[in-house]
Parts: sequence; structure tokens; C-alpha cells
Amino acid sequence: MSARPGIISCLGFLLLVGCGGPSPSNHDGRTVIQYWEKWSGFEAQAMAELVDRFNREQNAIHVEFLSVSQIDRKLMLATAGGNPPDVCGMWANELPALAENGALTPLDGLMAQTGLDPDRYLDAVLRNMTYRGRTWGLPTTPAASALHINSRLAREAGLDPDHPPETIAELEAWNERLTRRDDDGRLAVLGHIPTEPGWWRDSFPLAFGASFWNPADGMTLQTPAMREAFAWIASYPERFGAEALRGWSDLGGQFASPQNPFFQGRVALVMQGPWMHNFIAKFASPDFEYTVAPFPAAEDSGLPFLTLVGLDVLVIPRGAKHTRAAFTFMRWVNEQQQLEALNRAHFKFSPLRETSEDYYPAHPNPHIALFAGLAAHPEAQVEARLPSYRAFRNDMNQAVDQVLFGDISIDEALAMVQRRQARRFDRNRDRWEQVGPTRTATWDRVEQAVLKQP
Amino acid sequence: MTAGERQRLKRGLAFISPWLIGFLAFSLYPLIASFAFSLTDYSVLAKPVWIGADNYSLMLEDAVFWKAVTNTLIFAALAIPMSLIMAFLLALLLNAGVPGTGLFRTLFFLPSLVPLVCLGLLWRWLLNGQVGLVNQGLQPILDAVNAVLGTGLQAPNWLVDPAYAKLGLVLAGVWGCGHAMVIFLAGLQDVPRQLYEAADIDGAGFWRKTWHITLPMVSPVIYFNGIMGLIGAFQVFAVPFVMTAGGDGPGRSLLFLATYIYQNAFEYWNMGYACAMGLVLFLLILGLTLLATRLLEKHVHYAGR
Repeated sequence: MSARPGIISCLGFLLLVGCGGPSPSNHDGRTVIQYWEKWSGFEAQAMAELVDRFNREQNAIHVEFLSVSQIDRKLMLATAGGNPPDVCGMWANELPALAENGALTPLDGLMAQTGLDPDRYLDAVLRNMTYRGRTWGLPTTPAASALHINSRLAREAGLDPDHPPETIAELEAWNERLTRRDDDGRLAVLGHIPTEPGWWRDSFPLAFGASFWNPADGMTLQTPAMREAFAWIASYPERFGAEALRGWSDLGGQFASPQNPFFQGRVALVMQGPWMHNFIAKFASPDFEYTVAPFPAAEDSGLPFLTLVGLDVLVIPRGAKHTRAAFTFMRWVNEQQQLEALNRAHFKFSPLRETSEDYYPAHPNPHIALFAGLAAHPEAQVEARLPSYRAFRNDMNQAVDQVLFGDISIDEALAMVQRRQARRFDRNRDRWEQVGPTRTATWDRVEQAVLKQP
Repeated sequence: MTAGERQRLKRGLAFISPWLIGFLAFSLYPLIASFAFSLTDYSVLAKPVWIGADNYSLMLEDAVFWKAVTNTLIFAALAIPMSLIMAFLLALLLNAGVPGTGLFRTLFFLPSLVPLVCLGLLWRWLLNGQVGLVNQGLQPILDAVNAVLGTGLQAPNWLVDPAYAKLGLVLAGVWGCGHAMVIFLAGLQDVPRQLYEAADIDGAGFWRKTWHITLPMVSPVIYFNGIMGLIGAFQVFAVPFVMTAGGDGPGRSLLFLATYIYQNAFEYWNMGYACAMGLVLFLLILGLTLLATRLLEKHVHYAGR
């Protein structure tokens, strides 16, 4: 019996499987661009509506919008495989790693050519968009962190929520007054704990005037300011007891759920962003009362408060097939009207210096002016702009957790992070010395090539 | 080699070619490639930069790597014997010929069908220190002990206390011992009846028969389950990753080698370092498997020999 039909069937199958690729790049004569976005739920819905509007209002480009989970890993693999989307929604703290590894298209030339002035963005937003002197992403939605106060718990403790704490010392005085234990000695209500929600554990030292690195010295994680910050964290197990804190933490409670410890009244003060208003409306009880204030900084830090400005950005991955069309879409999203519509739907402020007159008065978040003011402040901070940011954040999170539960000393924690991160920093610096000139030349070449595209 | 033999060789190779191609493409090539990448600073996206043995020297001084190795060894030392003993005891019970064996076999096997991600989520709640079922059952017992002895024992916060986190994971692992149990059961049912009958005539009791007949006769099955358990324990990833929402656990007490490799490869852009650690993990499993084979050589009895 001949084996030929079997072989042909196998080849046919392989051909069918192997032919799965991107959608056709033409849709009714339009250029089709693929857009991956990390958001889901109402956030994705808001962007999907903008995409629909873009597709309706012009007839040269058609955007295919796809909500993608674990977008960072998928983008990495798709880019390495040579089949990335044309536009991708990313977190700005990922830009240094992506740019350093040559995964993105620089945007400065396209911005200049299309008259998109970088000065229209808030300074903290612009710092989030750039790395090594180039722009890698255009903003979608910015956020600033602030102190959220459970007003009822504050009043019950004899505190005035309209006069919030202004220094770390005052925050801890509030913490003492707000914390309650049940009959078994367990922590029923905590005033404040740095691990709830724990999203900015790595950045708390900024409230003490610490800085994480500088080009001359590399990583600087064993400075007096860092020690002061960790001494603050180490005071928690001393005051509340490590086991009691573990017990409190073990109860957990997902962020986007009615079990959120802040909504449950298990913690009275949390650092959160402008999105919180929406989640409170959705998941907290209808009579939940809260107010927002700047998160305090240490008295001797030289800072009026601690606010971290984060940003969601749109990027064009290396190897994108329709760079020009992708930028046209990103440029359209960055028009004032679109940015305001998107950020209003996300309960956030605009990344632009100028807003329309009715933007803030008509905004659904009653505290939006405070967030916008924090983000526009010259002392607004951004997360460490390091290509090794994730590893840095994980090490810092571990250090904070272990000190918070009294497992290791401050010196051990800081030495651990310094040793590991200094090694990474040095390796990145060495690699950049080796590949930097080539990489910079490639960026210039890519930029020139994109500018010549029709 | 005659023409006929050559012809047969060609046919033989053609028949095993799907496996051969798979082995070359998906096992041998990645192994060689990961060795090559382990000598570079490689982020997947950018071209690898040659750094010689730097990844290996980094490994020597990376405290977190050693923590992951220690965690993996401790977990393996706890999980393998516990799972084996539990699976063997369950198989012995099921082999005792009690009524409803089929039902019990199904019930004991069922948990091992639960997907690993679900298992992680399930045990995250079961082991919750405040509201988890494990502590709801354990605390009354500890209270009784406290009342008698005047002690102050408290059920632990399993997954937020570094001292107990690995033990919690071992408990979750034992839950899925159904596969090993079924293999043990097959081995037990294969033991010739006449050996037990002869032992009965000699007046041997249950334990003597277990020690002198059952264990030697199922020793190849114990060996097989042991090696599979060893490999599984060194590759543990999904359950602790889901349980701890990221894979570190309190004080990195649930950070295992496989998780640390994953973090470096896909989160920290250090594919070169991850490749180096992957090779070390491979050599570790290979070495321990060879060691186990050598140590157990005299204790594993094959009926055919």
C-alpha cells in the first residue's frame, strides 16, 4: 500500500495549522491594524467605544481591538516571533525594559512630523512616556495615588476626616487611634498598613526623601533615608505584633469585590488611585463614606506629600506591520476630546496640561480635581525608571513584607535588595556600553524609515 | 550490514521518525540552545550578548537562587515520602477486599483529576488561617490539648507564615496522590496469591506478609512512583504559583526553582540566567534520579530476574 495519501494528508494538516496568522491587512480597502489592550471590563469597553468611533469617522484605517490578558508576556513572545500587534496598550513602568531591549518603535520623529507637542502633557506624564531621552509611548490614562480615608471610622475614633494627617508621624497617630482589637486580641480594624493594597510597597521610601538609584553611584538602597523608611515599616510588628498582622493579612479580600478590606471597614486608611471611586460605588455598602487627601510624607523628607503618577500608554512594537497607520490612530486617541472621554469613563484625570472647561465640573469622580492637582505638582513622583524595574519591585516587596512581619532586620533587608539590584544594574550598564551605540543607531534608522512611509 | 538489514533499518527509522523528529526539535535542540543561551545575557527580544560563565557565577552568589533550591529540596523531602506513604496505605486498604472498593477507589482518585489551578485556589481557602476549613478542624483539637496541658497552641496562618507555608503546600500535594495510588493498586493486585497462601500456612500475620511479600513484590512500583514523585516535586510550579498569586509566598518560602526560572525568563527579561538555572535543575533531577537508582538497586525486585 502506498504511503503517499497519508503523507499528503499530514502535509495538508500542517499547512492548515501553519497558515493561522494575522487577519488580512485590508478591510473594505482600508488598512487594518491590530490593537491589543490589557484592560478588561468597563475600561476595555470605554476604549472599544473610542475605537468604534475612530473606525466610523474615517475610511483609511480599520482598528481591530482585542482585550488581552498578561499582555506583557504575550507582547514579548509575539515581538520575538516577529508577529506583534500594530498598537499595544502597556504600563509605562514597562517602557524602560521594552525600549532597552529594542522592542519598541521610537515616536519622537512621528510626533514632531504630526505636530504633537510633548509640552502639552503634564510633566509627570511626560517622564512616564520617555526613557533615554526618547518617547516610547503616547498616554491613554494617567493616575495619581492619594490617601483614602474611611470617614465613619475616623469620626468614631474622634478624628476629623476633613483635617487629614499631613506627615507620616500624624498618619501613625491616626493609625493608633483607629486600630481596634476584638475580644480575642485579634486586629479587627487597622488604621493603616503598608501592604494594603500593597501595590506601591516599593515606592514608600520616596515619602522619606529616598531615591533608588543615580547614574553615578548605581543603586542607592542603603542610605539613611531608606533606613528611615524601613524603620517606619519595622515599627508595625513592634506596635501591633507580627502574628496579629499575619492573622489580619490572611483574611485578605480581593480588591474588586465587596470583601475589599477598605470597603469592609477592616482598614481605615489606604493609598489608592482615582479608579477607587468607581469600585466603591460598585462594591461598598451604599452608606460607605470616604474622603481623599494627599498621602503624607515624612516631615524631614522635603516633600509636601507622596504621590506616584502612573500611566497607561499606547506603544508601537518593533516589527509592527503598519507603523504609520498605528501612529495615526494613537495620535487621534491623543486629541483632547478623546483623551477626556476615555479618562472620564475610567474615572481619571486628563494627561494634558489643558482641559476643556466642563471636564472637571462634569466628571463622575468627585475627587478628580485633587488627583489632577497632585499629578500636576512639581513634586509628583514616578516609579523607578529602570529596565530591571520588575525585579527591583519584587525584591523591594519581599523586603517590605519580611520587615513588616518581623522576619528579618532592616539591615538584612536592605543589604539583600542592594546586593541583588546593584548586580543587575551593573550588568544592564555593561550591556548598554556594549550594545548602546548599535541600539541608538537602530532607533535612528527605524525612525527615519517610519518617517519616509507614506 | 546486508542490503536487507539496511532496508529494515531504513524502515525502522522511518517508523520512529515522528518521535525522532519530536525529540530532536523539542528536546535535544532546546537543551543545546539553552546551554548556548546560558552563556549569554539574553532577553528574548534583543540579540544575546556573550558573557561567558557569568550567569553561573551569579547563581553561586544569588541568595534567592539558593533559597529556591533549598525550598525545592525541603519540599521534595517532605512531599515525596508523604505522598508515597499515603498512596500506598490507601492502595493497601483498597486491596483488602472490603465492600464498596470500587466506590472508594473512585472517591480517592477523584481529587487527582482536579486541575492544578483549581487545586491551588481551593487550598488557598482551605488553608486560610482565619476562616479555612483546615484550621476550623484543627483549632478545636488544639483547644482540647491546651485545656489538658495548659499550653497556648494556635492553628497556624499557613500561607502567610514562612514556618508553615511549605507544610501547607505538602498537604495540598497529598490531596492529589490518587495517580500513585492507582499504580500501587495495580501492583498489589499483581502479587501472586499463592505467596500469601504459603505465608498463611506458615502462620504469618498481616504486617509480616506486608513486609516480606507485598513490599518486595511491589518494589518496582514503589521505585517508579518514587522517581515520578521526585521529578514532579522538583518541577512544582502551578499550585504554589496560584496559591501565592505570584509564586514567592511569605519570605519567599514558597519560591521553588521552577518558579524562579519562570520569573527570570518571562518577568525579569533574564532568559540567559533562566536557561542556566534550567540546566542546573535538569542536572539536579538527573543526578538525584541516578542516585536513587543506584541506592535502590538492591532493594528493587523484578519477578523476571
